[in-house]
Amino acid sequence: MHVPDGFINAPLSAATGVLAAGAVAVSLRGARRELAGGPAGPGGEPGGERTAPLAGLVAAFIFAVQMLNFPVAAGTSGHLLGGALAAILVGPCTGILCVSVVLLMQGILFADGGLTALGVNITDMAVVTTVVAYGVFRGLVKVLPRGRRSITGAAFVAALLSVPAAAVAFTLIYALGGTTDVALGKVATAMIGVHVLIGIGEAVITALTVGAVLAVRPDLVHGARDLTRPRLKLRVDGDLVDAPAPAPEPVAAAPRASRRALWITGLVTSLVLAGFVSFYASANPDGLEKVAADHGIDRAAEEHASADSPLADYGVKDVSDARLSGGLAGVIGVGATVVTGSAVFWVLRRRRASEAS
Amino acid sequence: MDPVNAPVNDTATDPAAPASLEVSGLAFAYPDGHQALFGVDFRVARGERVALLGPNGAGKTTLVLHLNGILGGGAGTVTVAGLPVGGRNTAEIRRRVGIVFQDPDDQLFMPTVREDVAFGPAAAGLRGPELRERVGRALDLVGMGGFEDRPPHHLSFGQRRRVAVATVLAMEPEILVLDEPSSNLDPASRRELADILRGLDVTVLMVTHDLPYALELCPRALVLSEGVIAADGPTAEILGDDALMRAHRLELPFGFDPRVAGRP
Amino acid sequence: MGAGHAHRLYRPGGSGVHTLPPHLKLTAAFAFVVVVVSTPREAVWAFAAYAVLLGAVAAVARVPAGFLLGRLLIEVPFVAFAVLMPFVAGGERVGVLGLSLSVNGLWGAWNVLAKGTLGVAASVLLAATTELRALLLGLQRLRLPPLLVQIASFMIRYGDVIADEMRRMRIARQSRGFEARGVRHWGVLAKSAGALFIRSYERGERVHLAMVSRGYTGSMPVLDEVRADRAQWSCALALPAAALLICLLGWTL
Repeated sequence: MHVPDGFINAPLSAATGVLAAGAVAVSLRGARRELAGGPAGPGGEPGGERTAPLAGLVAAFIFAVQMLNFPVAAGTSGHLLGGALAAILVGPCTGILCVSVVLLMQGILFADGGLTALGVNITDMAVVTTVVAYGVFRGLVKVLPRGRRSITGAAFVAALLSVPAAAVAFTLIYALGGTTDVALGKVATAMIGVHVLIGIGEAVITALTVGAVLAVRPDLVHGARDLTRPRLKLRVDGDLVDAPAPAPEPVAAAPRASRRALWITGLVTSLVLAGFVSFYASANPDGLEKVAADHGIDRAAEEHASADSPLADYGVKDVSDARLSGGLAGVIGVGATVVTGSAVFWVLRRRRASEAS
Repeated sequence: MDPVNAPVNDTATDPAAPASLEVSGLAFAYPDGHQALFGVDFRVARGERVALLGPNGAGKTTLVLHLNGILGGGAGTVTVAGLPVGGRNTAEIRRRVGIVFQDPDDQLFMPTVREDVAFGPAAAGLRGPELRERVGRALDLVGMGGFEDRPPHHLSFGQRRRVAVATVLAMEPEILVLDEPSSNLDPASRRELADILRGLDVTVLMVTHDLPYALELCPRALVLSEGVIAADGPTAEILGDDALMRAHRLELPFGFDPRVAGRP
Repeated sequence: MGAGHAHRLYRPGGSGVHTLPPHLKLTAAFAFVVVVVSTPREAVWAFAAYAVLLGAVAAVARVPAGFLLGRLLIEVPFVAFAVLMPFVAGGERVGVLGLSLSVNGLWGAWNVLAKGTLGVAASVLLAATTELRALLLGLQRLRLPPLLVQIASFMIRYGDVIADEMRRMRIARQSRGFEARGVRHWGVLAKSAGALFIRSYERGERVHLAMVSRGYTGSMPVLDEVRADRAQWSCALALPAAALLICLLGWTL
């Protein structure tokens, strides 16, 4: 879904361009941190120099894997978008960087996605997808019990939410800078409806792929590195014994349990909230549709149906989609809450850590 | 004293000159605890061509990565032309030790052959006509002159391997380290590469399982087994020692007899 | 699809357009598209004039019209979207062939189609006349962060290698009688994707070792400093300048 030129007006294209440039700049710094590690030479080279080859190869991987066809049924097939997968496998910053580079090259080399829409495309497909996926993933990994299955499960949910989240972001961009005043409800319904389906495929493939990597090289799954670290052994009088675990941070010892409880509470709360939202949305489908009715879209849809055109079922799809999008809003609500929650926690924890030191 | 510019062949027999490569007491364990080297000792004089033989998992690659200081931090020392590997010398060591990796696709990472061959000398600060001349000379040495502007993935495997050798020769190394140079080459490419290597005026350490190739190119061979040097001697003698060969999982190809095989 | 995919758009040639320094072409293409996007959609003639401008560039570069038009197909998903617009957009409506269409939606569809098509055509011309390597040098010259350019050039260099590995895996699957037909086969495909990731990442580590072995310390030596003289600048900027003139006329007329 590469946005072409002229779809979003010039000011907003420029604004998203600035946003995308900022995100890429931040990611360039972050990626050095994420890709550091591995054996450092005795000269003690900084890990930063690994960034270019590793991120380049991961970008090439994403580029290639987008060509891998996953057959659905009767000759149709889908393919991976890769944002969520990249975020989970190599970390959010490297993920943003790799997907952005793929989009940049697709725009320049294949005319896929407009040059002026590059900002929109990067914001939407590289930044939103990756950040939402990683936020949801980390949040879930924290609350779920340790284990391989939790990681693939978290990857599933993260990828599932990341695609409609990108659709929501696109709708927002369209609302602010769309060049045609199609009622927002329509755009949202169409975009989110389609992308929920795509999201399910993305989620299945991402979870299976993460599972496959996890089975062979668990250390390469960035989002789960701390869970897969092997326990060190010591040789004492000829017997192997577990090395003592590194002393936990003095502050973290007591709050660890309560933080976990907080995570669970937060997740349950947002689920309950999401339930309300979706209930409200499906009980009042006219919330979105009212706008459409005022603009005479319903009439158009009806005439359309009688005209027996290929778009005939559009009106029918409308109603069911309203419920779908309502339920979806809830799911996205959970994602957004988890992301916001983690951000707040992160800030709080940092503050506490800096106060303690 | 300028060991780099000293004529190569004259010093080969001079025991007082610093050896091209001297490894002593080298031991190393990976961060995950797996120990790969258990005290490796050997010396390669200037101008020698030496084969490093050993079964899979003997620690050959680990040893190679120590030669230019990519791995380090264990026990023992590596010296290249009198210069200890590590610390402040790292940049100079990497210029003097040219490693040709097994997969030429890993080695040829730049978009064109010319840029790839120029990468090493340019990283060392060479620019302009001097750089261009260096690139041209290295490509001529491996018979790949005229391919400067080709992208590496448009070359055949044998051509890519030769360009990989050129990328390292362009740095005018003290010692050329080749990791499985004959792997995946057809017989003609194999022979071409052998001719090129024989014609070079440089110390060569060749890591390989290809025993006939070792015999063809290297008068001397080392056997690395279980992280130590298990044997060191003339290649023909080592290959002819059945007990030694069996003990270290080295096997000659069917029908190949090193005592009969004609030395080039 | 697959190998060669990355070079399909480039058409070697020695025309004036081919020999312009890449950063000028990038600037010109980008400026042109910006101007096109800023043009009011009611100035229909302006878009025709833009098309003529691009046609002139294509003629100078000897890019055949068939090639250019064929590549415009990439837009098809958005054409579908544009076709929907007159039906779903709000505002005043007109009856066409018994259908009630939104005037605004019709304009919107025209707007997206015209600007999108011109944008794709400009990008295709850029890609058809500029080698991959040159494009990367151009981006570098335009002050893109060097690390980003490095990542892009590694992606270009290894895109084919990895696509090749993927193809070999498919052949290996097929040779053992596996043919992916539906959702129940996704597990196997995903395992291939996972293996492909591991191979890619490990190759990245090996490439890094090869680079460090040749003295890499984080920055790539710049060998081909592409420079442009004033004549080349004015030649390259003729396109967006002409477009800008048309655009201004479009706003005032």
